[in-house]
Amino acid sequence: MTQLLQAFLFMTVGVGLCAAYFWGANFLLDRIYPGRGVPADVAAVNLTRSAIIRPWLFLGPALLLLGLYLIYPVFYSLYLSFMDRNGTNYVGVSNYLWMFNDSEFRESFLNNLLWLFVVPSMSTIFGLVIATMTDRIWWGNIAKSLIFMPMAISFVGASVIWKFIYDYRGEGEQQIGLLNAVVQAFGGTAEAWITLPFWNSLFLMAILIWIQTGFAMVILSAALRGISEETIEAAVIDGASPIQVFFKIMIPQIWGTIAVVWTTITILVLKVFDIVLAMTNGQWDTQVLANMMFDWMFRGGGDFGRGAAIAVFIMILVIPIMIWNIRNANAEMEGR
Amino acid sequence: MRSAFSPLTIAVNVTVLLLVILWTIPTAGLFISSIRDKDQLARSGWWTSLATSKQQLIARSDNPDLQTERDGAYILEGKLFDDAEGNVSAFGWRSQEPSTFKPGELAEMKDGKTLIVETDGSYRFSSPEPWTGKRGKRLFYTTNVPPRFTLDNYREVLNSEGIGKSFINTLTVTIPATIIPILIAAFAAYALSWMQFPGRALLIAVVVGLLVVPLQMSLIPLLKFYNSIGTILGVPAKTYVGIWLAHTGFGLPLAIYLLRNYISGLPREIMESARVDGATDFDIFRKIILPLSFPALASFSIFQFLWVWNDLLVATVFLGNSEEQLVLTGRLREMLGSRGGNWEILTASAFITIIVPIIVFFSLQRYLVRGLLAGSVKGG
Repeated sequence: MTQLLQAFLFMTVGVGLCAAYFWGANFLLDRIYPGRGVPADVAAVNLTRSAIIRPWLFLGPALLLLGLYLIYPVFYSLYLSFMDRNGTNYVGVSNYLWMFNDSEFRESFLNNLLWLFVVPSMSTIFGLVIATMTDRIWWGNIAKSLIFMPMAISFVGASVIWKFIYDYRGEGEQQIGLLNAVVQAFGGTAEAWITLPFWNSLFLMAILIWIQTGFAMVILSAALRGISEETIEAAVIDGASPIQVFFKIMIPQIWGTIAVVWTTITILVLKVFDIVLAMTNGQWDTQVLANMMFDWMFRGGGDFGRGAAIAVFIMILVIPIMIWNIRNANAEMEGR
Repeated sequence: MRSAFSPLTIAVNVTVLLLVILWTIPTAGLFISSIRDKDQLARSGWWTSLATSKQQLIARSDNPDLQTERDGAYILEGKLFDDAEGNVSAFGWRSQEPSTFKPGELAEMKDGKTLIVETDGSYRFSSPEPWTGKRGKRLFYTTNVPPRFTLDNYREVLNSEGIGKSFINTLTVTIPATIIPILIAAFAAYALSWMQFPGRALLIAVVVGLLVVPLQMSLIPLLKFYNSIGTILGVPAKTYVGIWLAHTGFGLPLAIYLLRNYISGLPREIMESARVDGATDFDIFRKIILPLSFPALASFSIFQFLWVWNDLLVATVFLGNSEEQLVLTGRLREMLGSRGGNWEILTASAFITIIVPIIVFFSLQRYLVRGLLAGSVKGG
């Protein structure tokens, strides 16, 4: 309880400090360059000067935090990736050489490629199908809400939920995992699914698809509503079947949104870590880059050089999407 | 118009229903399991929990070293049920014939050994030779188990498994880490929307770029940074203040992006008329922008709340795994390793960790959706 009070106190102090900073800085600026009560020509100069400074006062704390927590680390990680395990001696590209020759890294990279292919595509397809269908039924919003819900569940919580589904009991015992019960009901044999190489990665991906489909559905559903009714009506009058309307009229109109959903989930997949850590910790050929990076931060006292090299590799995979996002944002701002 | 009962409509309804069931069943299974009696949970699937079903179960006798010798026979005896509930309707000693014998019947096993099980669950293995082996003997029985639901699992995890403590830790991390970024981001978003200064477009581009920077890039440098700050100031490197600031820093790009999208869409006339009336930027921000931006502020708060509450990575790296500071996600992850088979503990703990975000989600879904749309659709 005292701890919560402390947190609350810190929050109040933190918010208070922020408010005091903004208010105080603004007040000081008005004091130094007063815009009133001085001759008109001085006031004009002062107003110009304070207009130059004020934006930076408003931006100050944000820039400081962004710089410290995101920008500086990018460059420092890059630097560390050329250093040894403690970050003291320059070792050239040997971390990268180690990385590309390491079998665990190659396995992780291949797994990541599989994740990158399966999760965004399945989430988007499911999301699109569900969004299209729920728009046609009266209880669509309830359905959407329920499918959207896993979004609120942490990756670790979801891992527990699904580990329970994949649970395996020894032969002769009653299976309490849903998957094995279903498999047995259809006459198959129960398996310890999580330990079957290749398939186990797919079972881990199912968790992320379960979580991300809701996200894809919400966004695509909004995009579908933005499609102009006339185009659909015209197609129907021309004798298009519902399937044709869907693929030839609706999909092309929401193509941009599909790309956004796809890339957003792609970014998430590149960073996926909790699920693998909680389900298998990379055993049975399920390792992925983000978990491997985390592992090297602490393994054997931690090898920061190798960890940083893997992080840089993930960053490089993200850069094309980053550039694409920035270009889109710029284009949009010019259009406004 | 299409008729309400056209084949297509029916197909759509059925498909959506199936998908909804598919999507909700994992969570439902977790919840139902968490309130089941722990013995039943370990023995039968949660989908059977309502049925007073005949269950075929397997039990093991006591270890052979607990056997007693009576009249030249070696006896292993005990009870199948701890609390005298349940009744046996059949039993057997081989997995191929698990229900051949009625209660009270004497089952002949190999080598003159026998087994007898009574309706109340008391059993007796008897053998002319001493029982060997490390584990108890298996026996198969069929029983009628009434459904039993209980909150014992929750009582146990809250008291003795440290979930209660972790719950408070998570709250301690989440509340400040949700509220502090808002004010900082709102000022920045206002400056990026309505103030003129050189480099504004560049800064916006930087924020958009930072949105996708993987957290992995920040971990090692910040860990080193925190450690050296700790050494210089003589304070522990892993503190709540540290993680609050870390979450603030990591949340800022999304906060600024969302708020800027919203604030720059506010009508220019309001701000211009306020300025004509002599209002300064600070007044405009405080009296006009903040109240008008409430929906965007709410959207971001929900994002940040869900993200911080559900985060494992930042908490593990910047708060550590000490018993005192372990957050819910960290505790749950640890239990998956140490209590992997104890589903009564895992399910109850997992439910406690996910219930708060789910409540927030269902009560504030509207704002969450709005925020998602503002953050994503515009990019297309």
